Amino acid sequence: MSTFFGVVPSILMIVAPILITAIGGMICEKSGVVNIALEGLMSIGACTAAATQTLLEASKMTSGLSLFTALLLGSLLGGLFSLIHAVASINLNADQTISGTGINLLATGVTIFASQILFNADRTKEFKMGMQTDALGIYPTAYIAIVVVILSWFILYKLPFGMHLRACGEHPSAAESVGINVRKIRYIAVLTSGVLAGLAGGCCVLTQTIQYTSNTINGRGFIALAAVSFGRWTPLGVTGAALLFGTAQAFAIVANNFPALRVLPTELFNILPYVVTLVALVLFSGKNYAPRASGKPYVKGAS
Amino acid sequence: MQGITKTFPGVVANDNVTLKVKEGEILALLGENGAGKSTLMSILFGAYSADSGTIRIHGKEVEIKNPNIATELKIGMVHQHFQLVQNYSVTENIVLGREPVNKWKVLDIPSAEKRVSQLIEQYGLRVDPKALIEDITVGMQQRVEILKVLYRNANIIIFDEPTAVLTPQEIDELMEIIRRLKTEGKTIVLITHKLKEIKAVADRCTVLRRGKVVDTVDVASVTEQQLAEMMVGRSVKFELDKSPCKIGTAVLRVQNVFINDIQGNPKVHDLSFEVHEGEILGIAGVDGNGQSELFYGLTGLCPVVSGKIILSGVDITNMSIRERIEQGLGHVPEDRQKHGLVSDFSISENCAIKNYYLPPLTKRFGLLDFPLMKKNAQTLIKQFDIRAGEGADTPAGSLSGGNQQKVIVAREISLSPKVLLVAQPTRGLDVGAIEYIRKRILDEREKGRAILLVSFELDEIMNLCDRIATISKGSIVGTYKQGEVTEREIGLMMAGSKKGDAQ
Amino acid sequence: MSRNKQNRLVSGGSRLLESDAVVSVLVVILGFLVGTLLVALVGRKPSNMYKAIFQAFSGYNIDNGKMNVRYIGETLNYSVPYILCGLSMGFAERVGLFNIGGEGQYIMGMTVAQVFALLGPQIPVFQWVACIVLAIVVGAIWGGIVGVLKAKYEVSEVVSTIMLNYISLYLSRIICFQLPGATTYKTANFPPTASLSNSFFQRITNDSTLNNGLFMMVLAVLVFWFVMEKTRLGYGMRATGFNKEAARASGIPVVKSITISMAISGAFAGLAGGIVALGSFKYGRIISGMDNYGFDGIAVALVGNCTAGGTMIAGFLFGLLKNAQALMQSKQIPKEITYIIQGLIVVFIALRSGLKLYQEWLEKKRLQKEVAIK
Repeated sequence: MSTFFGVVPSILMIVAPILITAIGGMICEKSGVVNIALEGLMSIGACTAAATQTLLEASKMTSGLSLFTALLLGSLLGGLFSLIHAVASINLNADQTISGTGINLLATGVTIFASQILFNADRTKEFKMGMQTDALGIYPTAYIAIVVVILSWFILYKLPFGMHLRACGEHPSAAESVGINVRKIRYIAVLTSGVLAGLAGGCCVLTQTIQYTSNTINGRGFIALAAVSFGRWTPLGVTGAALLFGTAQAFAIVANNFPALRVLPTELFNILPYVVTLVALVLFSGKNYAPRASGKPYVKGAS
Repeated sequence: MQGITKTFPGVVANDNVTLKVKEGEILALLGENGAGKSTLMSILFGAYSADSGTIRIHGKEVEIKNPNIATELKIGMVHQHFQLVQNYSVTENIVLGREPVNKWKVLDIPSAEKRVSQLIEQYGLRVDPKALIEDITVGMQQRVEILKVLYRNANIIIFDEPTAVLTPQEIDELMEIIRRLKTEGKTIVLITHKLKEIKAVADRCTVLRRGKVVDTVDVASVTEQQLAEMMVGRSVKFELDKSPCKIGTAVLRVQNVFINDIQGNPKVHDLSFEVHEGEILGIAGVDGNGQSELFYGLTGLCPVVSGKIILSGVDITNMSIRERIEQGLGHVPEDRQKHGLVSDFSISENCAIKNYYLPPLTKRFGLLDFPLMKKNAQTLIKQFDIRAGEGADTPAGSLSGGNQQKVIVAREISLSPKVLLVAQPTRGLDVGAIEYIRKRILDEREKGRAILLVSFELDEIMNLCDRIATISKGSIVGTYKQGEVTEREIGLMMAGSKKGDAQ
Repeated sequence: MSRNKQNRLVSGGSRLLESDAVVSVLVVILGFLVGTLLVALVGRKPSNMYKAIFQAFSGYNIDNGKMNVRYIGETLNYSVPYILCGLSMGFAERVGLFNIGGEGQYIMGMTVAQVFALLGPQIPVFQWVACIVLAIVVGAIWGGIVGVLKAKYEVSEVVSTIMLNYISLYLSRIICFQLPGATTYKTANFPPTASLSNSFFQRITNDSTLNNGLFMMVLAVLVFWFVMEKTRLGYGMRATGFNKEAARASGIPVVKSITISMAISGAFAGLAGGIVALGSFKYGRIISGMDNYGFDGIAVALVGNCTAGGTMIAGFLFGLLKNAQALMQSKQIPKEITYIIQGLIVVFIALRSGLKLYQEWLEKKRLQKEVAIK
């Protein structure tokens, strides 16, 4: 049993970035915009955070401050890139899936391009020290994730702004007819998802590895997307889904603790989170719970 | 409103329109579909902005850039297509945009519910403040729309085609509510194309035609016939020429059918009826009583839970949609954009959509004979007088509503089905198209076709059908021959078993 | 300019924008412009980028005047998987599906081809043909899974394809590690009977890796066009893609159409995997990352407007860019610039509907003028 509780911090470490991204994706979709660029936005955040940390370490800044700055910049750049998706989807009625895919492709290129320019390599230079765990062995990212979840619940369900946002995703013309500025709210939602995804990417790279490579995010953004739909677009549901998927992903690391599992090829564990996600989606296809107007460009006066 | 002009891509919706409304009166705005009435009122409500023209309230010129400003000017709109969030409660919908908050800026729904209950009492609009919109009836939803407007202290209330979805009883109730609002000092603008309602409740009426004002009259001094002629621009025939009924054998037999909707809620209970050659059987009922599900079950869009459907002696209950079409089931769907046409396809491709996979349209190796497809379409275009810019190559999406419906009707008739299911055939069409489609339906009846007609327009049912069945809550309440029953009686049957609809 | 001439220019320009081909060209040019700016911004010479591209296209090295036809061969060879993956994405898009699982279907095709090349009977011609056929079949199955999941369980193909991509990556590693001669990154060499190489091509392109895959690609393009535009199967698919409900109501078997379409889509990508495995490499690869042809296929399809001819041209462009990458790197241009250009192109294409808004705005202005004149 001691080994089981020993794995909880590892699980939390892996769940945190997925959960933060998923909450961002949930907020975005609840306002009516589908954001499949989460993967790319996480990459941008991770690359930025890794590069920042490396550069700030070299300039002898204190660890706490450099980490904070790294996360901040990662979030900001995630938000900046999500602006592209916002303009495309909201102002120009673009196909949200294509726009999101474009950003994913762009992110792949931009991150390695930046690494080439800054570090002359296909990856960022390693930083010496990432985030540290506390007394319980838990990274601060877990606490960040919890705060994000609670905040999102509070804002969505307890404040007028949240009521407006949810209305935009269910029936934008009804919202418009009572004077709510649907465009503005959707912009805020998309930017929030960008900032959160960037933050999550930064959390991921600063806790799980020592540099950013093209394999750092490896589908986590899409797993977060699946968590939103599997979690039926509610903060509690998404948290549960993220826990499930994150646990599956943690298995690969955690398997080393159980001698019986060590004989199996690591690839088997690598596959696990993706298979679990797929099976979950099939068994619990929650299409009926999606915000009714999600994914459709809102054209004023269309009805 | 003076000199209002508004254009959209491809159409001039309002052309130099001037409208004057007196305080405390009920003004009706009359015009056919597409005449520009909704556009004009949307400008007043701030949903659109006019390209040119001015608006004056109590003599003062105002600029209404968005609904918020309209609301501040105490203008409110009860929309034709309800602007309600389905999974919010009645109260949440009413206060959306103007939510009361407590001292920590957190939502205060209980105090909202209190205020809403006050309004309900004051105006007699019975509805449960805590109920979810998706759970209440259409009539109640409309009351929520009205409460929204009253919550914002509107003095000028616009009603946009409010009776489209109501039973005759609910229409009477609405007329009462409107009269009551007038006694409370409100000014009402009633957008409608229903002449009876104008005569029932309006003081004056402005008639719009093709975006221009025709005239403004005192309702008491004109007849319905005169109003209709102003609306359409020529003399209008109300009665249809219908030859006596020559009924043959039963072509379609529906036996004890139970059908659920997509959410799994039972919508059709133990329905049984027959349709014979050469007759039009009409199903009269208010939207939401199982008509849509009945058609989905008959066509195969939705599975039948139990019961039998027999077409010319063949049991089609479990057949696929394509098999039913092959057996001779024709369908003019109620939602032509959703089920009737592929807007990106040309007319010729649309006409072939039910039989493209069979010879002669399919040659060897699965190859399609496109020239033949086009020729067939051209024949239909001529026969049915379909106006299309590029002939058979015109994308269906660019046709007007009337022409789109003609394409669908033409296609179905050209397949010579044994029975023709027709749903809302004249919805959203202008008077010319309505006349044409109704005439074609009667022609098919002459030829001996069996026709099942579902319509929410009671006079359409009364005029076209040989037999009328009334549906309520998924069951047939009564079946009568044409002439045996009055509109009032049908209305009662349509509403009869709706016990949940509180007075 | 007189008012009339102004009006005509504007309306003529607006009509030109309606042409999808023109938009694609514009978008590519725009992507390159931004890419060029970016290169200049980070202090490298954009001219080097274009020199590299030119060399990859023609074989001619501007700097030293030497000509090497091999570059042309390599460009053509690189085009093949891009075009095929573009066809894959494009075919699915016409049915209304967003198949970004080309990568996974590609990997499965590649893996199966490698397996049969090393373990199958070494009969001349038969072996490589069988490898390719198996690659196509496995790709079709991998794609068909997505189709069934979507049609029957409403699982979004966007997520299911990504999951299957990663699953295929690790599955491929597990399988290939079992192959004869497996090291950490490669297997034993393929027997000559499994090779796709074509001695004629090798001769005229100075020993490039251009191979029989070229013919298969052309055949695939023709099959795409034929099925989609001329057959009843394609008609049903297009109807489903434009309006699934209307297609269903008219009797078209939508579930079947979606599944078949995804299977054909997967087949194209699987073919690409098989061709790359046997045509461009002499041994089996144990991949540690994705080749990305599948993802780039998305951009290819979008630029090519999901048509057969357009995809071919777009795929050639991307093959050109890829071949130029190594040249760019040697001239201090980070090769990732090509990914950035591709990403920009996809984003710009997404903005295409913005053009429609602009057109509507123009139309409105025109009508307003008419009314005012009256």
